[in-house]
Amino acid sequence: MVKIYQEEYKKRHLDIQKKLTDRFGGRSVQTLYENDELVIILSKAILLKVLSFLKDDKDFQFKQLIDICGVDYPDRLDRFEIVYHLLSISLNQRVRVKLSVNDEETVPSIVTIYDAANWYEREVWDLFGIIFTDHPDLRRILTDYGFEGHPLRKDFPLSGFIQVKYDDSEKKVVNEKVSLVQDFRKFDFESPWEGPDYNEKDKNMENK
Amino acid sequence: MSDVELKNMTLNFGPQHPAAHGVLRLVLEMDGEVVERTDPHIGLLHRGTEKLIEHKTYMQAIPYFDRLDYVSPMCQEHAFVLSAEKLLQLDVPKRALYIRVLFDEITRILNHSLQIAAQGLDLGATTPFLWLFEEREKLMGFYEQVSGSRLHAAYYRVGGVHQDLPLNLIEEIEEWLAGFGKIVDDIETLLSDNRIFKQRTVDVGVVSPEQALSWGFSGPMLRGSGIAWDLRKSQPYAVYDQMDFDIPVGKNGDCYDRYLLRVEEMKQSSKIIRQVLDNMPEGDVIVQDSRLYPPKRDDMKESMEALINHFKLFTEGVRVPAGEVYTAVEAPKGEFGVFLVSDGTSKPYRCKIRAPGFPHLQGLDFMTKGHMLADLVACIATLDVVFGEIDR
Repeated sequence: MVKIYQEEYKKRHLDIQKKLTDRFGGRSVQTLYENDELVIILSKAILLKVLSFLKDDKDFQFKQLIDICGVDYPDRLDRFEIVYHLLSISLNQRVRVKLSVNDEETVPSIVTIYDAANWYEREVWDLFGIIFTDHPDLRRILTDYGFEGHPLRKDFPLSGFIQVKYDDSEKKVVNEKVSLVQDFRKFDFESPWEGPDYNEKDKNMENK
Repeated sequence: MSDVELKNMTLNFGPQHPAAHGVLRLVLEMDGEVVERTDPHIGLLHRGTEKLIEHKTYMQAIPYFDRLDYVSPMCQEHAFVLSAEKLLQLDVPKRALYIRVLFDEITRILNHSLQIAAQGLDLGATTPFLWLFEEREKLMGFYEQVSGSRLHAAYYRVGGVHQDLPLNLIEEIEEWLAGFGKIVDDIETLLSDNRIFKQRTVDVGVVSPEQALSWGFSGPMLRGSGIAWDLRKSQPYAVYDQMDFDIPVGKNGDCYDRYLLRVEEMKQSSKIIRQVLDNMPEGDVIVQDSRLYPPKRDDMKESMEALINHFKLFTEGVRVPAGEVYTAVEAPKGEFGVFLVSDGTSKPYRCKIRAPGFPHLQGLDFMTKGHMLADLVACIATLDVVFGEIDR
């Protein structure tokens, strides 16, 4: 069963790929096909154009914005990747649209195209600190009122900077700096061990 | 009289309100008793799950998925293990797939019975709540039998499920299934034609198909508006393509349609459970690959390699090839997706959780505009919000 679907998807992927490169040119829009999923990589200048094309073109009809998320790659020149997942119910097809920005860049908001983008963009702003221009209401959404920093960046420590506790002398809940007796340690367990073959060994022993 | 100035009132709803289903805080702009604008303040249950997962191995990450939507734990584990399996390109044994479908559907009944019970309770009916919780109790008993815990099961593994079904479980589920149809019928006699229930739900919180698509709705919220879309049918995973079941679709997109739809989904789920029990194949329940599967205790007493294997499995875990995948399952509340980025180590580089409740709650504003405050409660109930998954 899985095979048939995969081949059908693959054919359709190639179809989409062709239409996109015909319309926008191969240079500004790159398409990849990996793990049975179609990925479109583009620059932020044409984001709105491509997304409204994908949404309104009668052959695509990617009417649903499933998700927007950020990924942080601190080693790259353009540090953040913004990933949009779209779904076309009429085609039964998903597509992933990606773009990269650096620390100081902003990304155009797509709220005018998809209503659902509103909270997703607030979430990306909250957790990664990427500013979306023309967003109607870019407030923090998941973190606490008055929180500072952007927790899903790779340079934000797992323990955070501030902890909340009840102060007995002041008789109220207070924020204070995190003080750990020991720093949070990240262990590297990876080893050159080549994996077990004891089952075969045992069998060989029995044979002997 | 003409120089009296009328001002809208701002009303704070929650976060400690019995109808708020957890820690929902709404800032409402009211014109008398009519809701003008709803601004949900979420994040009061934010635990940083995505950040924590980046610091855990793949096996250690599974329990976090139980704690997202704690009313439908196993469906969410399913989405996560599917994504890791896709990167590892594993061929999961048949029996494991059947067990997953079995528990996905048990989870769906668990979730929908809570939703219907809570919706009834919010609108003033106490009895469905008591009756359905009795069923939930039995279903959580099945959870306990396979995994040892009644809610946070952590039963699915990358490559299969943790262990085989205990003896007699299939007979017990069959026994429960025989009586369940009657319970659903009883609930329907209490609610479906109930005058009060219908007054509170018919034409309340109407979602048009266009709105449902644009606001990213999925699951019953999308099907209630008449769009026949279910990932179990359209993008089948596990063995859903071999199951015979129907997808109920609503007509008007109001709270009452979504209630009827959830009742029908419970019936369809029990139909699937019946088929799974009849066709359950024999065999392994997890991929027989020592990267994923702990060695036997006996082997560990004899073989040094087995001991090392055990140690490496539970410290380092499995190394997942680099790549990006998005996998989604039809969780009871809608599309639950996991976007997994692996860098080739034994810990996820980034694991974005797409929770269905997040866009649903966002739509509360347009759903309640112009409604009375009391209808807002019906709308929150029909959204089926659980803050574990929305706040993550």
